[in-house]
Amino acid sequence: MKTLFDYASRECADGLFPECDVPSAAPSSVLGAEFVRSRAPRIPNLSEGDVARHYTALSKLNYGVDDGIYPLGSCTMKYNPKLNEDAARISGFASLHPRVDVSLAQGALGLLYELGKILKSVSGLPSVSLQPVAGAHGELLGMFLFKRYFEARGESGRKRILLPDSAHGTNPASAAIAGFSVTEIRSNERGTVDLDALRKELDSTVAGIMLTVPNTLGIFEENILEVTRLVHEAGGLCYFDGANLNSFIGRARPGDMGADVFHFNLHKTLSTPHGGGGPGAGAVAVSAPLVDFLPVPRVVKAGDEYRLDWDCPRSIGSIHGFYGNFLVAVRAYAYVLQLGEEGLRAVSENAVLNANYLMERLKTTYRLPYDRLCKHEFVLSGEGLPNHVSTLDVAKRLIDYGVHPPTVYFPLIVHEALMIEPTETEGREALDRFAEILETIAREAAEHPELLHDAPRNAPVRRLDQTQAARNPVLTYPFRAEG
Amino acid sequence: MRYLPNADGDRRQMLEALGLRDVEELFSDIPAAVLAKYESTGLAAKSELEVRDALERAAAANEGSSRVSLLGGGIYDHYTPSLVGHVLARSEFYTAYTPYQPEISQGTLTAMFEFQTLVCELLGMELANASMYDGATALAEAVLMADRIRKRGRVAVAANVLPQYRRVLDTYAWAAGIEIVDVPFDATGRCDWAKIPEDVSGLVVQTPNAFGGLESLAGVKAKLGDALLVVATYPIALGLVEPPGSFGADIVVAEGQCLGLPMGFGGPLLGLFATKSDYLRQLPGRVAGRTVDADGKTGYTMAAQTREQHIRRERATSNICTNSALCALAATVYLASVGADGLRRVAQLNLAKAHYLADGVRRIRGAKLVFDAPFFNEFVVRLAEPAGNARARLAEAGFVVDDPAELEALGVGNALRFAVTERRSRSELDRALAVLGGKR
Repeated sequence: MKTLFDYASRECADGLFPECDVPSAAPSSVLGAEFVRSRAPRIPNLSEGDVARHYTALSKLNYGVDDGIYPLGSCTMKYNPKLNEDAARISGFASLHPRVDVSLAQGALGLLYELGKILKSVSGLPSVSLQPVAGAHGELLGMFLFKRYFEARGESGRKRILLPDSAHGTNPASAAIAGFSVTEIRSNERGTVDLDALRKELDSTVAGIMLTVPNTLGIFEENILEVTRLVHEAGGLCYFDGANLNSFIGRARPGDMGADVFHFNLHKTLSTPHGGGGPGAGAVAVSAPLVDFLPVPRVVKAGDEYRLDWDCPRSIGSIHGFYGNFLVAVRAYAYVLQLGEEGLRAVSENAVLNANYLMERLKTTYRLPYDRLCKHEFVLSGEGLPNHVSTLDVAKRLIDYGVHPPTVYFPLIVHEALMIEPTETEGREALDRFAEILETIAREAAEHPELLHDAPRNAPVRRLDQTQAARNPVLTYPFRAEG
Repeated sequence: MRYLPNADGDRRQMLEALGLRDVEELFSDIPAAVLAKYESTGLAAKSELEVRDALERAAAANEGSSRVSLLGGGIYDHYTPSLVGHVLARSEFYTAYTPYQPEISQGTLTAMFEFQTLVCELLGMELANASMYDGATALAEAVLMADRIRKRGRVAVAANVLPQYRRVLDTYAWAAGIEIVDVPFDATGRCDWAKIPEDVSGLVVQTPNAFGGLESLAGVKAKLGDALLVVATYPIALGLVEPPGSFGADIVVAEGQCLGLPMGFGGPLLGLFATKSDYLRQLPGRVAGRTVDADGKTGYTMAAQTREQHIRRERATSNICTNSALCALAATVYLASVGADGLRRVAQLNLAKAHYLADGVRRIRGAKLVFDAPFFNEFVVRLAEPAGNARARLAEAGFVVDDPAELEALGVGNALRFAVTERRSRSELDRALAVLGGKR
């Protein structure tokens, strides 16, 4: 594939910007020679058509939710309604500078306030911050809140975060940035937190626990109330990673389960797109003891007017330059207004029904390490496939059939994991077709393993050499030496 | 619900296949006490038409979006070529996930590789990641990285860094146990190099700084010993201004909003993050790399992943996962659209128009620029009258201007900051000058 830098520069870049209507300023005289750029960046000058065609060609090498099922476990790749996109592009939102006086941004502040109210209601928690711009950013905020809470209580000796061994990698990384150490808690044979292992670790050095609910196996912690009670009794706090909210939205609330911090992934549960890896939004809701510590500024309502409140002396400060990813919040708000309460409930109902339906069908073909009711996702194992066929081979073969593979090799506690999350926006026929493909692939593994080992063949590129990419990194375009 | 394709009949058949009678049985693993406590959000479902109308009304209540902007301070009213929006609206890009399956993500990965190259070209650096959340968090990550490398637990920060960057930095540094030492600015509003403390892991400067002044980076690196030079900058300015990399900067970050992103009330934004090749293993965030496929054909994949949270967990260089990929694509298409010549041209327009307004202000009786330092498209003025009065008159005339309170917090009282981009016409600037000069 050609890159931008493989195109020859043309002499046709004029026309985007007007002629200068004020006296021109010579850089060397107004800035001084010291400041004037000595060498132009190597960016070709191209016609608009060149550029349009280049990026259209690139887009065709991608696979998005609009192309078909995208069953990436833990990622909730649901359909992204088009209204969301239109809403975020309304000029009154898109062209609003974050420093305008609040009186000139009442619509935007009102939207943030109202969305915050909805998220409080959905989570059953008393306060929310929309400042985090990604799930991991929400986790980081959560860990900052933990830290400030214990500082305020004079319990800075609480330095340990407990983490189930099924946790997302962002959890331990977020805890570490906030200066906590991580202690892993093993899962029991049912795939949930081992209560005895938890009890053994709970002491006055524990700041709290980070739980993914339901966990990354797609299993709901049946003992969730016991887990949070034990942690609270030991003086700790409970963080809930909300990546999997899609499985219980509209019927259960983290606040009722003992959560002190809960992060939403608006780009998962509330249908704002993933954008090829962002931008997302990771709103955080908190329990009463943590409210004072939330970031500034906060959107508040005084009478009929929305304001930004900076006067929060116990706040941790800010974690984003402004108010979080506002245009992502617009999309989420558009979605949640359309759904309403009934719709929220229908989301979790269909997400869980779809996952269980697919799991039930596939468990006769692939190994299912935890054979029990799942929530919105489930984890199969490619272990035991014949002819040295691996989970990676299955994933790449799925590409040949024109569908996106599930999450693979995660969670780490399942060997050769295939983590499947169909979401509620797939219908029964789509699930049946996906299952048929996986069944066909299992037969191929026995009869024509080379089809899997050599996959993909029906993709823009064949399997890529990751080892070379790691050993001999080429991370920028290798321009030819200037002569 | 039109986003949910299963019909009642489908659901019944699926439940039957599971041997269940009622859909609620699917939730029997959630404690009954939790289910019983659930309270409705009370939200009534609305049609697409109603929601669109409601959002249009909310947007119309943002009067600030249609005013003539002289606002800056890190976010600027630049022009975005039409093509950028059209590429971003392609669902192959915006509905894709992080490219964990490279064979069907070559579009995203190739664009990431182009973006990294463009960032290096712009900032004059060797290595860039695939984006951070925004300029402020990119700076905070840069400070964490500098301290991972030099491990002194102390970082010097110029006092004229934009306040929103400083707020985020303060929070991250507190959590990481890094002490921040202020470096004051001099009479020109620029960092006072004579006051750099010793025994720090790095020095953070921003150019243009919070007053719009260009920091003179020549020779700074030599004053730092082995402390890292961390620079935050403004990409559009670099169409004309020598990039920080030319002065030996070790880490350069920037807010990429100016490269084809809407102001969007401050988000989503785009953090640019670049460093020297030697520091690859300390780099936070994703990186795309070039490799070959099984047939030897060139392709792209995520590279150097052993630094990242999904592999290294608590020992990762950062917890960042989702970043600003689509915003990075916008910046890539923006730069491809304007080219090197267009970038220089747009920078020249900013320079000329800002200096036109500044020259006009200087001619107003009793008015002056507060700092005598070269500037790109933003500067600070003090008038014969209180700043608040002038700002109120500008507001009446349809302009939006920064609140002087922010400058005051930096120790520069009774002053207004003006930013002028290529979007401002001479007649708008003349009108602003007339208001400032007391003429109607």
